[in-house]
Amino acid sequence: MKPIYMDHGSTTAVDPDVVRAMTPYFTEIFGNASSLHSYGEQATVGLNASRQIVASAIGAHPDEIIFTSGGTESDNLAIKGIAYRNQDRGRHIITSNIEHPAVLNTCAYLEKHGFEVTYVPVNDRGLLDVESVKEAVRDDTILITVMHANNEIGTIQPIEEICILARDKGIYVHTDAVQSIGKVPIDVNRIGVDLLSISSHKIYGPKGVGALYIRKGTNIEAISHGGSHERGIRAGTENISGIVGFARAMELAQARFDGDCEHLRSLRDRMIGNILKSIDHSYLNGDLEQRLVNNVNIRFSYVEGEAMLLLLNNKGIAVSTGSACSSKSLKPSHVLEALGLAPEEMHGSLRITLGRENTEAEADRVVEALIEIIGKLRAMSPLA
Amino acid sequence: MMYNEKVMDHFTNPRNVGDIEDADGVGEVGNPTCGDMMTIYIKVKDDILTNIKFKTFGCGAAIATSSMVTEMGIGKTLEEALKITRDDVADELGGLPPIKLHCSNLAADALHKAIEDHMRKKQ
Ligand SMILES: Cc1ncc(COP(=O)(O)O)c(C=O)c1O
Repeated sequence: MKPIYMDHGSTTAVDPDVVRAMTPYFTEIFGNASSLHSYGEQATVGLNASRQIVASAIGAHPDEIIFTSGGTESDNLAIKGIAYRNQDRGRHIITSNIEHPAVLNTCAYLEKHGFEVTYVPVNDRGLLDVESVKEAVRDDTILITVMHANNEIGTIQPIEEICILARDKGIYVHTDAVQSIGKVPIDVNRIGVDLLSISSHKIYGPKGVGALYIRKGTNIEAISHGGSHERGIRAGTENISGIVGFARAMELAQARFDGDCEHLRSLRDRMIGNILKSIDHSYLNGDLEQRLVNNVNIRFSYVEGEAMLLLLNNKGIAVSTGSACSSKSLKPSHVLEALGLAPEEMHGSLRITLGRENTEAEADRVVEALIEIIGKLRAMSPLA
Repeated sequence: MMYNEKVMDHFTNPRNVGDIEDADGVGEVGNPTCGDMMTIYIKVKDDILTNIKFKTFGCGAAIATSSMVTEMGIGKTLEEALKITRDDVADELGGLPPIKLHCSNLAADALHKAIEDHMRKKQ
């Protein structure tokens, strides 16, 4: 049977249209955008057009877009860049306890270098309470970094309200929108953020490319040094083919936004509904309302995630899990932990992240497979 | 794939799954908190393991090592079975990823515990 890929939160296949847009940039338009000859000029045309596309997709000005190597670098640049440049004003940063490691580990690094970080906890549905963010604010707070949507449980944070409370106090706000771009409408001015991270490979673009939006007037320092590319904020010869592919993926995401969202939401709700109805002792992780249209994250009592994942894989179905046994550290997911789940509940969690190409028939096949697999594992389980 | 063919075989077609109602010994190890929990049931006749069954909550390696240890134990004398080490179980499976070696510990421990339980009851 045809394999089913339902791990789009990890990465996506590159859209053929994106590949077509990129292809000439490997062999024909291969110039260095810094060169003065016509090869360089052609590359610059591609680079500028891409910057225009990415900027307009999020309501920004092209000068406010810095191309990077992806979400991780964008997060690093945003957080360290703001911290270093603004440390004379204060050394306190606020974030949440369910951020992606790209944010959490950057914050932990800064803690070792004289900064203080407050990790505001989410509630048991995986949502931040704006009041508790407000309470965490101090006189020396310089940055609030809160992810727009969570990569594991898909919860969408009240980032607009956080921006409002920060604005009065002159605190910069960064949001990691790697998971939300293409699935939640994003206009940087409507949201009110100062910095926003996006990545290409979650939206059917190539890996290793992304962008950081930096609002005009934001005081930020470069964290890598070299040539004067990207307004001196991000040195290094631009990955033109990747950037062109990223821009095309952004364009497609924008053009297909309404259709994608409707399709994904309907598949998501069908799967959640069918799983909870047909499998006893299964529970949704994360809020149902404030949730990405493509995220299904469910815990099944008495069974373990890696075992489920492998049996699904045998049936050609690709998903992911927050189970400790599947992680290299043997630690359960910090996101599931933040929901207040007991360890045995975390071990039995599966994340299904839907994509544009998934169909209703596939969704139903995955539910059928889950029923069978969980039945088999529960028959083996001393807990059931 | 992180597991070899033999591990996958024991994981997807585990041998001797279940419990034994009138077991002569029961061994329980692990706990749901750490993500692995095994119960091993044994039947003993004339100091020989005539039947072994298991129930396991855990990852692929935990299930495969449980299945393997039951196969290794059946037909052995109690004394021989007590000598099955954690490494023996992993070896018999053709090796496990280093991070999963603790699973083979659990399986051997559970079998030993079941035998000890039996010997205690006999006294
Ligand atoms: C929320 C979030 N932030 C950051 C990243 C990292 O992005 P990249 O893989 O482009 O470095 C990811 C993807 O893994 C993510 O889901």
